[in-house]
Amino acid sequence: MTPLLQVENLAKYYGARIGCTDVSFDLYPGEVMGIVGESGSGKSTLLNCLAGHLRPDQGAVRFATRSDGLRDTVTMSEPERRMLGRTDWAFVHQHARDGLRMNVSAGGNVGERLMAVNARHYGDIREQAIDWLGRVEITQDRIDDRPTAFSGGMQQRLQIARNLVTGPRLVFMDEPTGGLDVSVQARLLDLLRGLVRDMGLSAIIVTHDLAVVRLLADRLMVMKDGHVVETGLTDQVLDDPQHGYTQLLVSSVLQV
Amino acid sequence: MKEYNFAYLDEQTKRMIRRAILKGLAIPGYQVPFASREMPMPYGWGTGGVQVSAAVLTPDDTLKVIDQGADDTTNAVSIRRFFQRTAGVAVTEKTGEASVIQTRHRIPEQALREGQIIVYQVPIPEPLRFLEPSEVETRKMHALEDYGLMHVKLYEDISQHGDIATAYAYPVKVEGRYVMDPSPIPKFDNPKLDMAAIQLFGAGREQRIYALPPYTKVVSLDFDDYPFQPTKADHACALCGSTSSYLDELITDDAGGRMFICSDTDYCATRVEDAA
Repeated sequence: MTPLLQVENLAKYYGARIGCTDVSFDLYPGEVMGIVGESGSGKSTLLNCLAGHLRPDQGAVRFATRSDGLRDTVTMSEPERRMLGRTDWAFVHQHARDGLRMNVSAGGNVGERLMAVNARHYGDIREQAIDWLGRVEITQDRIDDRPTAFSGGMQQRLQIARNLVTGPRLVFMDEPTGGLDVSVQARLLDLLRGLVRDMGLSAIIVTHDLAVVRLLADRLMVMKDGHVVETGLTDQVLDDPQHGYTQLLVSSVLQV
Repeated sequence: MKEYNFAYLDEQTKRMIRRAILKGLAIPGYQVPFASREMPMPYGWGTGGVQVSAAVLTPDDTLKVIDQGADDTTNAVSIRRFFQRTAGVAVTEKTGEASVIQTRHRIPEQALREGQIIVYQVPIPEPLRFLEPSEVETRKMHALEDYGLMHVKLYEDISQHGDIATAYAYPVKVEGRYVMDPSPIPKFDNPKLDMAAIQLFGAGREQRIYALPPYTKVVSLDFDDYPFQPTKADHACALCGSTSSYLDELITDDAGGRMFICSDTDYCATRVEDAA
Protein backbone atom coordinates (compact mmCIF):
# COMPACT_ATOMS: atom_id res chain seq x y z
CA MET A 1 0.00 0.00 0.00
CA THR A 2 1.35 3.43 -0.88
CA PRO A 3 1.11 6.18 1.72
CA LEU A 4 -1.23 9.11 1.18
CA LEU A 5 1.17 11.52 2.79
CA GLN A 6 4.87 11.04 3.22
CA VAL A 7 6.78 13.49 5.39
CA GLU A 8 10.54 13.42 5.38
CA ASN A 9 12.91 15.39 7.61
CA LEU A 10 10.62 18.37 7.85
CA ALA A 11 11.97 21.42 9.65
CA LYS A 12 10.79 24.96 10.17
CA TYR A 13 12.77 27.62 12.02
CA TYR A 14 11.71 31.02 13.21
CA GLY A 15 15.05 32.75 13.00
CA ALA A 16 17.30 30.94 15.44
CA ARG A 17 14.39 29.36 17.26
CA ILE A 18 13.05 25.96 16.32
CA GLY A 19 9.45 25.73 15.09
CA CYS A 20 9.65 22.02 14.50
CA THR A 21 12.49 19.87 13.31
CA ASP A 22 13.36 16.39 12.16
CA VAL A 23 9.79 15.23 11.58
CA SER A 24 9.25 12.18 9.39
CA PHE A 25 6.23 9.93 9.08
CA ASP A 26 3.95 8.17 6.61
CA LEU A 27 0.20 8.45 6.68
CA TYR A 28 -1.83 5.76 4.94
CA PRO A 29 -5.31 6.11 3.42
CA GLY A 30 -8.04 5.88 6.02
CA GLU A 31 -5.64 6.46 8.88
CA VAL A 32 -6.11 9.12 11.55
CA MET A 33 -3.05 10.48 13.22
CA GLY A 34 -3.00 12.62 16.35
CA ILE A 35 -0.31 15.12 17.23
CA VAL A 36 -0.23 16.04 20.92
CA GLY A 37 2.01 18.22 22.98
CA GLU A 38 1.93 21.31 25.12
CA SER A 39 1.53 24.88 23.87
CA GLY A 40 4.56 26.00 21.90
CA SER A 41 5.72 22.48 21.13
CA GLY A 42 5.46 23.05 17.38
CA LYS A 43 2.22 21.18 16.69
CA SER A 44 0.53 23.98 14.80
CA THR A 45 3.71 24.94 12.97
CA LEU A 46 3.99 21.36 11.78
CA LEU A 47 0.34 21.24 10.70
CA ASN A 48 0.63 24.52 8.81
CA CYS A 49 3.74 23.26 7.03
CA LEU A 50 1.92 20.07 6.04
CA ALA A 51 -1.12 21.98 4.78
CA GLY A 52 0.97 24.39 2.74
CA HIS A 53 0.17 27.47 4.82
CA LEU A 54 3.79 27.79 5.88
CA ARG A 55 6.83 27.05 3.81
CA PRO A 56 9.12 24.62 5.63
CA ASP A 57 12.85 25.39 5.62
CA GLN A 58 13.82 21.81 5.04
CA GLY A 59 12.43 18.46 4.04
CA ALA A 60 9.68 17.16 1.82
CA VAL A 61 5.93 16.68 2.12
CA ARG A 62 4.78 14.25 -0.54
CA PHE A 63 1.08 13.82 -1.21
CA ALA A 64 -0.41 11.08 -3.36
CA THR A 65 -2.25 13.15 -5.98
CA ARG A 66 -5.04 11.56 -7.98
CA SER A 67 -3.40 12.23 -11.33
CA ASP A 68 0.32 11.68 -10.93
CA GLY A 69 1.04 9.90 -7.67
CA LEU A 70 3.34 11.21 -4.97
CA ARG A 71 4.21 14.90 -5.47
CA ASP A 72 6.22 17.15 -3.19
CA THR A 73 3.81 19.88 -2.12
CA VAL A 74 6.65 22.11 -0.94
CA THR A 75 8.13 22.52 -4.41
CA MET A 76 4.75 22.39 -6.16
CA SER A 77 3.51 25.61 -7.79
CA GLU A 78 1.16 27.83 -5.85
CA PRO A 79 -1.88 27.26 -8.14
CA GLU A 80 -1.45 23.48 -7.82
CA ARG A 81 -1.16 23.73 -4.04
CA ARG A 82 -4.27 25.91 -3.87
CA MET A 83 -6.11 23.46 -6.08
CA LEU A 84 -5.26 20.69 -3.61
CA GLY A 85 -6.31 23.01 -0.81
CA ARG A 86 -9.82 23.22 -2.15
CA THR A 87 -10.27 19.70 -3.48
CA ASP A 88 -8.30 16.91 -1.84
CA TRP A 89 -7.41 18.72 1.37
CA ALA A 90 -9.51 20.23 4.08
CA PHE A 91 -8.41 22.39 6.96
CA VAL A 92 -10.49 22.75 10.10
CA HIS A 93 -9.37 25.72 12.17
CA GLN A 94 -9.55 25.91 15.93
CA HIS A 95 -11.60 29.08 15.73
CA ALA A 96 -14.50 28.63 13.33
CA ARG A 97 -14.23 32.33 12.53
CA ASP A 98 -10.88 31.73 10.84
CA GLY A 99 -12.32 29.07 8.58
CA LEU A 100 -15.72 30.58 7.79
CA ARG A 101 -16.87 33.67 5.98
CA MET A 102 -18.84 35.30 8.72
CA ASN A 103 -20.78 37.66 6.43
CA VAL A 104 -21.91 34.93 4.05
CA SER A 105 -24.85 32.62 4.75
CA ALA A 106 -24.33 29.02 5.87
CA GLY A 107 -25.34 27.77 2.42
CA GLY A 108 -22.89 30.13 0.75
CA ASN A 109 -20.14 28.97 3.07
CA VAL A 110 -20.71 25.34 2.17
CA GLY A 111 -21.14 26.17 -1.52
CA GLU A 112 -17.96 28.19 -1.82
CA ARG A 113 -15.67 25.22 -2.32
CA LEU A 114 -18.05 23.77 -4.90
CA MET A 115 -18.11 27.03 -6.79
CA ALA A 116 -14.33 27.23 -6.56
CA VAL A 117 -14.14 24.00 -8.53
CA ASN A 118 -16.55 25.36 -11.14
CA ALA A 119 -19.97 24.24 -9.95
CA ARG A 120 -22.27 26.63 -11.80
CA HIS A 121 -25.73 25.26 -11.13
CA TYR A 122 -27.47 27.05 -8.24
CA GLY A 123 -29.99 24.26 -7.64
CA ASP A 124 -27.31 21.57 -7.38
CA ILE A 125 -25.11 23.67 -5.13
CA ARG A 126 -28.00 24.37 -2.80
CA GLU A 127 -29.04 20.74 -2.72
CA GLN A 128 -25.54 19.67 -1.73
CA ALA A 129 -25.39 22.42 0.89
CA ILE A 130 -28.65 21.20 2.43
CA ASP A 131 -27.40 17.62 2.36
CA TRP A 132 -24.18 18.57 4.14
CA LEU A 133 -25.85 20.77 6.72
CA GLY A 134 -28.04 17.78 7.51
CA ARG A 135 -25.03 15.53 7.94
CA VAL A 136 -23.54 17.89 10.52
CA GLU A 137 -26.90 18.22 12.27
CA ILE A 138 -27.76 21.76 11.24
CA THR A 139 -31.42 22.00 10.30
CA GLN A 140 -32.39 23.02 6.80
CA ASP A 141 -34.16 26.21 7.89
CA ARG A 142 -30.86 27.69 9.05
CA ILE A 143 -29.32 27.53 5.58
CA ASP A 144 -29.76 31.23 4.86
CA ASP A 145 -28.60 32.40 8.29
CA ARG A 146 -25.16 33.83 8.73
CA PRO A 147 -22.66 32.03 10.97
CA THR A 148 -22.74 35.03 13.30
CA ALA A 149 -26.20 33.84 14.31
CA PHE A 150 -24.85 30.36 15.16
CA SER A 151 -23.57 29.04 18.47
CA GLY A 152 -19.91 28.08 18.78
CA GLY A 153 -20.62 24.38 18.32
CA MET A 154 -22.79 25.02 15.27
CA GLN A 155 -20.12 27.24 13.75
CA GLN A 156 -17.60 24.47 14.19
CA ARG A 157 -19.94 21.93 12.59
CA LEU A 158 -20.59 24.34 9.73
CA GLN A 159 -16.87 24.69 9.23
CA ILE A 160 -16.58 20.92 8.98
CA ALA A 161 -19.41 20.72 6.44
CA ARG A 162 -17.83 23.49 4.38
CA ASN A 163 -14.56 21.57 4.31
CA LEU A 164 -15.89 18.13 3.55
CA VAL A 165 -18.35 19.04 0.78
CA THR A 166 -15.84 18.48 -2.02
CA GLY A 167 -15.00 15.01 -0.71
CA PRO A 168 -11.41 15.61 0.39
CA ARG A 169 -9.10 12.69 1.11
CA LEU A 170 -7.02 14.33 3.80
CA VAL A 171 -8.28 16.55 6.60
CA PHE A 172 -6.06 18.73 8.76
CA MET A 173 -7.61 19.65 12.09
CA ASP A 174 -6.17 22.21 14.46
CA GLU A 175 -7.75 21.78 17.91
CA PRO A 176 -11.20 21.10 16.41
CA THR A 177 -12.83 20.93 19.85
CA GLY A 178 -10.95 23.80 21.48
CA GLY A 179 -13.14 26.38 23.16
CA LEU A 180 -16.27 24.21 23.18
CA ASP A 181 -17.94 22.97 26.33
CA VAL A 182 -17.68 19.26 27.08
CA SER A 183 -21.14 18.13 26.00
CA VAL A 184 -20.80 19.96 22.68
CA GLN A 185 -17.31 18.52 22.35
CA ALA A 186 -18.66 15.02 22.83
CA ARG A 187 -21.25 15.45 20.09
CA LEU A 188 -18.73 16.99 17.75
CA LEU A 189 -16.31 14.13 18.32
CA ASP A 190 -19.06 11.65 17.71
CA LEU A 191 -19.90 13.40 14.46
CA LEU A 192 -16.27 13.57 13.37
CA ARG A 193 -15.70 9.91 14.14
CA GLY A 194 -18.76 9.00 12.08
CA LEU A 195 -17.70 11.12 9.12
CA VAL A 196 -14.11 9.90 9.19
CA ARG A 197 -15.24 6.27 9.25
CA ASP A 198 -18.00 6.65 6.63
CA MET A 199 -15.95 8.62 4.14
CA GLY A 200 -12.74 6.69 4.78
CA LEU A 201 -10.93 9.95 5.41
CA SER A 202 -7.37 10.28 6.46
CA ALA A 203 -6.84 12.95 9.05
CA ILE A 204 -4.16 14.67 11.03
CA ILE A 205 -5.47 16.07 14.28
CA VAL A 206 -3.49 18.51 16.37
CA THR A 207 -4.73 18.82 19.92
CA HIS A 208 -3.65 19.04 23.52
CA ASP A 209 -6.73 17.14 24.60
CA LEU A 210 -5.79 13.49 25.08
CA ALA A 211 -9.43 12.40 25.13
CA VAL A 212 -9.83 13.62 21.55
CA VAL A 213 -6.98 11.53 20.24
CA ARG A 214 -8.04 8.53 22.33
CA LEU A 215 -11.38 8.64 20.56
CA LEU A 216 -10.34 9.55 17.02
CA ALA A 217 -6.71 8.73 16.35
CA ASP A 218 -5.23 5.42 15.29
CA ARG A 219 -1.69 6.63 15.78
CA LEU A 220 -0.11 9.23 17.97
CA MET A 221 2.87 11.52 17.73
CA VAL A 222 4.01 13.36 20.87
CA MET A 223 5.90 16.61 20.40
CA LYS A 224 8.02 18.63 22.78
CA ASP A 225 10.08 21.74 21.97
CA GLY A 226 9.79 21.19 18.24
CA HIS A 227 10.93 17.56 18.37
CA VAL A 228 8.95 14.36 18.07
CA VAL A 229 9.64 12.50 21.30
CA GLU A 230 7.41 9.48 20.93
CA THR A 231 5.27 7.81 18.28
CA GLY A 232 3.12 4.72 18.27
CA LEU A 233 -0.40 3.36 18.34
CA THR A 234 -2.67 5.62 20.36
CA ASP A 235 -3.58 3.10 23.05
CA GLN A 236 0.01 1.95 23.33
CA VAL A 237 1.35 5.47 23.81
CA LEU A 238 -1.35 6.53 26.22
CA ASP A 239 -1.39 3.32 28.31
CA ASP A 240 2.32 2.64 28.33
CA PRO A 241 4.17 5.93 27.79
CA GLN A 242 7.92 5.49 27.41
CA HIS A 243 9.30 9.01 27.20
CA GLY A 244 9.42 11.14 30.33
CA TYR A 245 7.42 13.94 28.81
CA THR A 246 4.69 11.59 27.59
CA GLN A 247 4.45 10.10 31.07
CA LEU A 248 4.07 13.60 32.48
CA LEU A 249 1.43 14.45 29.86
CA VAL A 250 -0.62 11.34 30.52
CA SER A 251 -0.48 11.74 34.28
CA SER A 252 -1.43 15.42 34.06
CA VAL A 253 -4.95 14.64 32.88
CA LEU A 254 -7.44 15.50 35.59
CA GLN A 255 -9.67 12.65 36.66
CA VAL A 256 -13.22 13.61 37.47
CA MET B 1 -4.75 79.13 -22.52
CA LYS B 2 -1.14 79.59 -21.44
CA GLU B 3 -1.43 78.91 -17.71
CA TYR B 4 -1.84 75.15 -18.05
CA ASN B 5 -0.07 72.49 -20.04
CA PHE B 6 -2.38 70.93 -22.63
CA ALA B 7 -5.15 69.06 -20.74
CA TYR B 8 -3.91 70.16 -17.31
CA LEU B 9 -1.45 67.32 -16.59
CA ASP B 10 2.27 67.68 -17.36
CA GLU B 11 3.72 65.62 -20.19
CA GLN B 12 5.62 63.20 -17.93
CA THR B 13 2.46 62.36 -16.03
CA LYS B 14 0.52 61.81 -19.22
CA ARG B 15 3.31 59.59 -20.46
CA MET B 16 3.13 57.53 -17.28
CA ILE B 17 -0.64 57.19 -17.62
CA ARG B 18 -0.37 56.22 -21.29
CA ARG B 19 2.05 53.45 -20.37
CA ALA B 20 -0.49 52.15 -17.84
CA ILE B 21 -3.23 52.36 -20.49
CA LEU B 22 -1.14 50.45 -23.03
CA LYS B 23 -0.39 47.77 -20.47
CA GLY B 24 -4.09 47.61 -19.62
CA LEU B 25 -4.96 47.18 -23.30
CA ALA B 26 -2.36 44.45 -23.64
CA ILE B 27 -3.85 42.50 -20.70
CA PRO B 28 -7.61 43.10 -20.97
CA GLY B 29 -9.31 43.30 -17.59
CA TYR B 30 -6.07 43.43 -15.57
CA GLN B 31 -5.87 46.31 -13.09
CA VAL B 32 -2.68 48.24 -13.75
CA PRO B 33 -1.45 50.36 -10.82
CA PHE B 34 -0.53 53.94 -11.72
CA ALA B 35 0.65 56.99 -9.81
CA SER B 36 -2.62 58.86 -9.60
CA ARG B 37 -2.23 62.63 -9.24
CA GLU B 38 -4.11 65.13 -7.17
CA MET B 39 -6.68 66.72 -9.44
CA PRO B 40 -8.54 69.98 -8.83
CA MET B 41 -11.65 68.06 -7.77
CA PRO B 42 -12.41 65.69 -4.90
CA TYR B 43 -11.85 61.96 -5.12
CA GLY B 44 -15.08 60.28 -6.09
CA TRP B 45 -15.87 62.95 -8.66
CA GLY B 46 -14.08 61.28 -11.51
CA THR B 47 -10.40 61.98 -10.87
CA GLY B 48 -9.44 58.64 -12.45
CA GLY B 49 -11.53 59.23 -15.55
CA VAL B 50 -10.24 62.78 -15.89
CA GLN B 51 -6.63 61.67 -15.75
CA VAL B 52 -7.21 58.97 -18.36
CA SER B 53 -9.07 61.45 -20.59
CA ALA B 54 -6.27 63.98 -20.18
CA ALA B 55 -3.74 61.36 -21.25
CA VAL B 56 -5.62 60.32 -24.40
CA LEU B 57 -6.91 63.73 -25.56
CA THR B 58 -5.30 65.39 -28.59
CA PRO B 59 -6.04 68.95 -29.79
CA ASP B 60 -8.12 67.51 -32.67
CA ASP B 61 -10.43 65.51 -30.42
CA THR B 62 -14.09 66.20 -29.77
CA LEU B 63 -15.07 65.49 -26.19
CA LYS B 64 -18.40 64.40 -24.77
CA VAL B 65 -18.93 64.00 -21.03
CA ILE B 66 -21.92 62.24 -19.51
CA ASP B 67 -22.97 61.57 -15.97
CA GLN B 68 -25.60 58.83 -15.53
CA GLY B 69 -26.31 59.20 -19.25
CA ALA B 70 -27.00 62.94 -19.06
CA ASP B 71 -24.89 65.70 -20.61
CA ASP B 72 -26.31 68.45 -18.41
CA THR B 73 -25.71 67.29 -14.83
CA THR B 74 -23.17 68.91 -12.48
CA ASN B 75 -20.40 66.35 -12.87
CA ALA B 76 -20.67 66.27 -16.65
CA VAL B 77 -20.86 70.05 -17.03
CA SER B 78 -17.89 70.74 -14.79
CA ILE B 79 -15.61 68.10 -16.30
CA ARG B 80 -16.54 69.25 -19.80
CA ARG B 81 -15.73 72.84 -18.88
CA PHE B 82 -12.49 71.71 -17.23
CA PHE B 83 -11.22 70.30 -20.52
CA GLN B 84 -12.57 73.22 -22.54
CA ARG B 85 -10.47 75.53 -20.40
CA THR B 86 -7.35 73.43 -19.96
CA ALA B 87 -7.19 71.72 -23.36
CA GLY B 88 -9.30 73.93 -25.57
CA VAL B 89 -10.79 70.88 -27.30
CA ALA B 90 -14.10 70.92 -29.13
CA VAL B 91 -17.00 69.55 -27.11
CA THR B 92 -20.25 68.00 -28.18
CA GLU B 93 -23.33 66.38 -26.72
CA LYS B 94 -23.77 64.12 -29.76
CA THR B 95 -22.55 60.59 -29.17
CA GLY B 96 -21.80 60.05 -32.85
CA GLU B 97 -19.67 63.19 -33.17
CA ALA B 98 -17.45 62.62 -30.16
CA SER B 99 -14.04 60.99 -30.47
CA VAL B 100 -13.53 60.72 -26.71
CA ILE B 101 -16.43 60.16 -24.32
CA GLN B 102 -15.93 60.32 -20.57
CA THR B 103 -18.76 58.64 -18.74
CA ARG B 104 -19.96 58.03 -15.24
CA HIS B 105 -22.21 54.99 -14.74
CA ARG B 106 -23.65 54.60 -18.27
CA ILE B 107 -22.81 53.49 -21.78
CA PRO B 108 -24.55 55.60 -24.46
CA GLU B 109 -27.53 53.97 -26.19
CA GLN B 110 -26.14 54.67 -29.64
CA ALA B 111 -23.61 51.97 -30.52
CA LEU B 112 -20.04 53.28 -30.48
CA ARG B 113 -17.88 52.77 -33.54
CA GLU B 114 -14.24 52.03 -34.23
CA GLY B 115 -11.96 54.97 -33.53
CA GLN B 116 -13.92 56.23 -30.57
CA ILE B 117 -12.64 56.00 -26.99
CA ILE B 118 -14.91 55.72 -23.99
CA VAL B 119 -13.45 56.50 -20.56
CA TYR B 120 -15.21 55.24 -17.44
CA GLN B 121 -14.96 56.79 -13.99
CA VAL B 122 -14.45 53.95 -11.54
CA PRO B 123 -14.96 54.25 -7.77
CA ILE B 124 -13.86 50.73 -6.76
CA PRO B 125 -11.98 48.76 -9.42
CA GLU B 126 -11.70 45.55 -7.39
CA PRO B 127 -14.71 43.29 -8.01
CA LEU B 128 -13.73 41.12 -5.03
CA ARG B 129 -13.39 44.03 -2.61
CA PHE B 130 -16.43 43.43 -0.45
CA LEU B 131 -15.87 39.69 -0.42
CA GLU B 132 -12.19 39.65 0.47
CA PRO B 133 -10.89 42.69 2.34
CA SER B 134 -7.19 42.01 1.78
CA GLU B 135 -5.74 43.57 -1.36
CA VAL B 136 -2.75 41.21 -1.18
CA GLU B 137 -5.17 38.29 -1.26
CA THR B 138 -7.38 39.65 -4.06
CA ARG B 139 -4.37 40.25 -6.28
CA LYS B 140 -3.27 36.69 -5.63
CA MET B 141 -6.76 35.47 -6.48
CA HIS B 142 -6.65 37.34 -9.79
CA ALA B 143 -3.20 35.97 -10.54
CA LEU B 144 -4.30 32.39 -9.82
CA GLU B 145 -7.74 32.76 -11.42
CA ASP B 146 -9.25 31.79 -8.08
CA TYR B 147 -12.73 33.21 -8.66
CA GLY B 148 -15.03 30.88 -6.70
CA LEU B 149 -15.77 33.70 -4.30
CA MET B 150 -17.35 35.84 -7.00
CA HIS B 151 -20.06 33.25 -7.45
CA VAL B 152 -20.61 33.14 -3.70
CA LYS B 153 -21.87 36.72 -3.99
CA LEU B 154 -24.30 35.74 -6.74
CA TYR B 155 -25.34 32.69 -4.70
CA GLU B 156 -26.09 34.96 -1.74
CA ASP B 157 -28.19 37.18 -3.99
CA ILE B 158 -30.34 34.29 -5.15
CA SER B 159 -30.71 32.78 -1.67
CA GLN B 160 -31.77 36.12 -0.20
CA HIS B 161 -33.77 37.67 -3.03
CA GLY B 162 -34.78 34.72 -5.18
CA ASP B 163 -32.85 36.14 -8.10
CA ILE B 164 -29.51 37.75 -8.88
CA ALA B 165 -30.27 41.13 -7.33
CA THR B 166 -27.00 42.80 -8.32
CA ALA B 167 -28.28 45.53 -10.64
CA TYR B 168 -25.16 47.58 -11.29
CA ALA B 169 -21.40 46.99 -11.26
CA TYR B 170 -22.28 43.46 -12.36
CA PRO B 171 -19.08 41.38 -12.52
CA VAL B 172 -17.87 40.20 -15.92
CA LYS B 173 -15.21 37.82 -17.14
CA VAL B 174 -12.93 39.21 -19.82
CA GLU B 175 -11.68 36.89 -22.58
CA GLY B 176 -12.14 33.93 -20.23
CA ARG B 177 -9.45 35.21 -17.89
CA TYR B 178 -9.81 38.23 -15.59
CA VAL B 179 -12.95 38.99 -13.60
CA MET B 180 -13.58 42.71 -13.91
CA ASP B 181 -15.84 45.32 -12.36
CA PRO B 182 -17.34 47.23 -15.30
CA SER B 183 -17.73 50.33 -13.05
CA PRO B 184 -21.22 50.99 -11.67
CA ILE B 185 -23.02 50.83 -15.01
CA PRO B 186 -26.48 49.21 -14.81
CA LYS B 187 -26.37 45.55 -15.80
CA PHE B 188 -28.61 46.59 -18.69
CA ASP B 189 -25.42 48.00 -20.25
CA ASN B 190 -23.30 44.88 -19.74
CA PRO B 191 -24.04 43.34 -23.16
CA LYS B 192 -22.79 46.58 -24.75
CA LEU B 193 -19.31 46.06 -23.27
CA ASP B 194 -18.61 43.89 -26.32
CA MET B 195 -18.07 46.92 -28.58
CA ALA B 196 -16.04 48.43 -31.41
CA ALA B 197 -14.63 51.34 -29.42
CA ILE B 198 -11.68 51.32 -27.03
CA GLN B 199 -12.82 51.23 -23.40
CA LEU B 200 -10.61 52.66 -20.67
CA PHE B 201 -11.35 52.56 -16.94
CA GLY B 202 -9.73 54.95 -14.50
CA ALA B 203 -9.92 54.80 -10.71
CA GLY B 204 -8.18 57.85 -9.24
CA ARG B 205 -8.42 57.22 -5.53
CA GLU B 206 -7.63 53.51 -5.92
CA GLN B 207 -4.85 54.26 -8.43
CA ARG B 208 -5.80 51.66 -10.99
CA ILE B 209 -6.33 51.71 -14.73
CA TYR B 210 -7.78 48.87 -16.76
CA ALA B 211 -8.96 48.56 -20.31
CA LEU B 212 -10.87 46.60 -22.92
CA PRO B 213 -9.58 46.66 -26.51
CA PRO B 214 -12.22 46.73 -29.27
CA TYR B 215 -14.23 43.54 -29.77
CA THR B 216 -13.05 41.95 -26.53
CA LYS B 217 -15.22 39.06 -25.38
CA VAL B 218 -16.93 40.09 -22.15
CA VAL B 219 -19.21 37.62 -20.38
CA SER B 220 -21.43 38.48 -17.42
CA LEU B 221 -21.11 35.89 -14.64
CA ASP B 222 -24.17 33.79 -13.83
CA PHE B 223 -25.46 30.33 -12.91
CA ASP B 224 -26.67 27.73 -15.38
CA ASP B 225 -30.15 27.79 -13.86
CA TYR B 226 -30.14 31.56 -13.20
CA PRO B 227 -28.78 33.05 -16.41
CA PHE B 228 -27.71 36.68 -16.65
CA GLN B 229 -30.56 39.01 -17.53
CA PRO B 230 -30.14 42.69 -18.37
CA THR B 231 -33.02 44.55 -16.76
CA LYS B 232 -34.69 47.94 -17.13
CA ALA B 233 -37.87 49.61 -15.91
CA ASP B 234 -40.82 48.08 -17.71
CA HIS B 235 -42.07 51.30 -19.31
CA ALA B 236 -41.64 53.42 -22.41
CA CYS B 237 -39.86 56.79 -22.24
CA ALA B 238 -42.40 59.54 -21.48
CA LEU B 239 -40.63 61.97 -23.80
CA CYS B 240 -39.49 59.99 -26.84
CA GLY B 241 -41.48 56.79 -26.41
CA SER B 242 -38.45 54.51 -26.65
CA THR B 243 -39.07 51.04 -25.25
CA SER B 244 -35.51 49.82 -25.65
CA SER B 245 -33.47 52.41 -23.79
CA TYR B 246 -32.49 52.52 -20.12
CA LEU B 247 -34.93 54.64 -18.09
CA ASP B 248 -34.64 56.92 -15.10
CA GLU B 249 -37.57 57.19 -12.73
CA LEU B 250 -38.52 60.78 -11.95
CA ILE B 251 -40.71 61.73 -9.02
CA THR B 252 -42.83 64.65 -10.20
CA ASP B 253 -44.91 65.55 -7.13
CA ASP B 254 -45.57 64.35 -3.60
CA ALA B 255 -48.77 62.56 -4.54
CA GLY B 256 -47.18 59.50 -6.13
CA GLY B 257 -46.75 61.10 -9.55
CA ARG B 258 -43.80 59.76 -11.52
CA MET B 259 -42.52 59.49 -15.02
CA PHE B 260 -39.92 57.37 -16.75
CA ILE B 261 -37.54 59.04 -19.14
CA CYS B 262 -34.41 57.96 -21.01
CA SER B 263 -31.27 58.32 -18.93
CA ASP B 264 -29.32 59.03 -22.12
CA THR B 265 -30.33 62.65 -22.80
CA ASP B 266 -28.67 62.85 -26.22
CA TYR B 267 -30.42 59.69 -27.42
CA CYS B 268 -33.77 60.99 -26.15
CA ALA B 269 -33.41 64.50 -27.59
CA THR B 270 -32.35 63.11 -30.97
CA ARG B 271 -35.41 60.88 -31.11
CA VAL B 272 -37.72 63.75 -30.16
CA GLU B 273 -36.14 65.94 -32.87
CA ASP B 274 -36.43 63.22 -35.50
CA ALA B 275 -40.09 62.70 -34.67
CA ALA B 276 -40.89 66.40 -34.91
